[in-house]
Amino acid sequence: MTREKSSASLSGAFYALLRRDLLLAFRRRTELLFPVIFLLVVVSLFPLGIGPGPQLLARIAPGVIWIAALLATVISLDGLFRSDFEDGTLEQFVISGHPLTLISLAKICAHWLVAGLPIVLLCPLLALWMNLPVESLGVLMLTLALGTPVLSLIGSIGVGLTISLKRGGQLLSLLVFPLYVPILIIATAAVMAASDGLPYTQFLGLLTAGLITSVTLAPFAAAAALKISLS
Amino acid sequence: MLTASQINFERYFEPVFQPVNFELNSGELLLVTGANGCGKTTLIRVLADILHPTSGQIENQAAGMAYVGHYLGIKDDLSVLENLRFMRDFLGTSNRDCADVIRQVGLSRVAEQQARTLSAGQRKRCALARLLLSETELWLLDEPYSNLDLEGIELVDRILNDHLQSGGACVLATHGAHRPEWPATRDCFLVSGAVA
Repeated sequence: MTREKSSASLSGAFYALLRRDLLLAFRRRTELLFPVIFLLVVVSLFPLGIGPGPQLLARIAPGVIWIAALLATVISLDGLFRSDFEDGTLEQFVISGHPLTLISLAKICAHWLVAGLPIVLLCPLLALWMNLPVESLGVLMLTLALGTPVLSLIGSIGVGLTISLKRGGQLLSLLVFPLYVPILIIATAAVMAASDGLPYTQFLGLLTAGLITSVTLAPFAAAAALKISLS
Repeated sequence: MLTASQINFERYFEPVFQPVNFELNSGELLLVTGANGCGKTTLIRVLADILHPTSGQIENQAAGMAYVGHYLGIKDDLSVLENLRFMRDFLGTSNRDCADVIRQVGLSRVAEQQARTLSAGQRKRCALARLLLSETELWLLDEPYSNLDLEGIELVDRILNDHLQSGGACVLATHGAHRPEWPATRDCFLVSGAVA
């Protein structure tokens, strides 16, 4: 099949899709706000459940915030490709001749902007809630800034694989949670090291490596998964 | 423009249709007809490269394809105009004004309305407007007359004739009584999974 596209038309398609997904996200405010509210509720329940002891809260804060971020991301993942799959837009993307990898990347970027970025921006409030030391806040924000895009990227592969299944959302959690474990361990270790006054840059280096690897590979894997689901 | 040699597609190890062969040139219409379940939609999706044929070869020399299937690819939360603007920007091929195309398909009155408020026929017209914006040589249409009133059916025939006259080609699957009038029409009649 001869359907080559110029780089100008590829970048045009990327930005058109990014713009459309952001517009759709703001039109569907419930879907946009639900993960954020979920994150706030989960984090706020911990002081109520285990008591307001400042030292204990500060100790568990990195883990609690990161697990809440992880759950909030998984909740929002199902919407990544589902509506495009169900209304036939994904078929239009395939037939357009644009690479599905580029389309996946644009959609992952939009997903991170509406689901991941708010988590990073809410992080100071969550840290205050959990009595996290101020000196660790910057590291927590950095780990979330580096780690949440990885969550979106890895999650896109799971969504691509489960999108054609009726209860794909449940399977999706089982598929992606094990893959999220290394990110969770590295990110929380970085924040805890910063809280204890220990070096933490090696953990940030590992997160950066994870991000680069995911950006390089995940859109290809997601595109392949989507192609399988479509057939 | 489009050549299919011995295309076969199997689902759960059962052939949906027997090997299909045809050659479609510029200005020609391939009419795929047959009863429900004989594989018309599957054949169109194979030609659209959404499904991979189990065996056989498809040679597509067309400058771009456009497809209207059962699922129209229209976003409920966007207006008709926004849907079309997105597709124009995404495809990056059209210099046509979206408002002109909307007028051509008779949707000017609802252009600013969200697509969720449209009737099934109006949604089909919106998909036809996307076809016009795509400026592609090869059109793959799966039941384009469904949900359309008489005026809508005439609209499909009119834009199809314009497309074929301008050197395009089209594969059209239909099970209905209506048959587009076009001199250069080839027939592909699918019966019980076999090409007659």
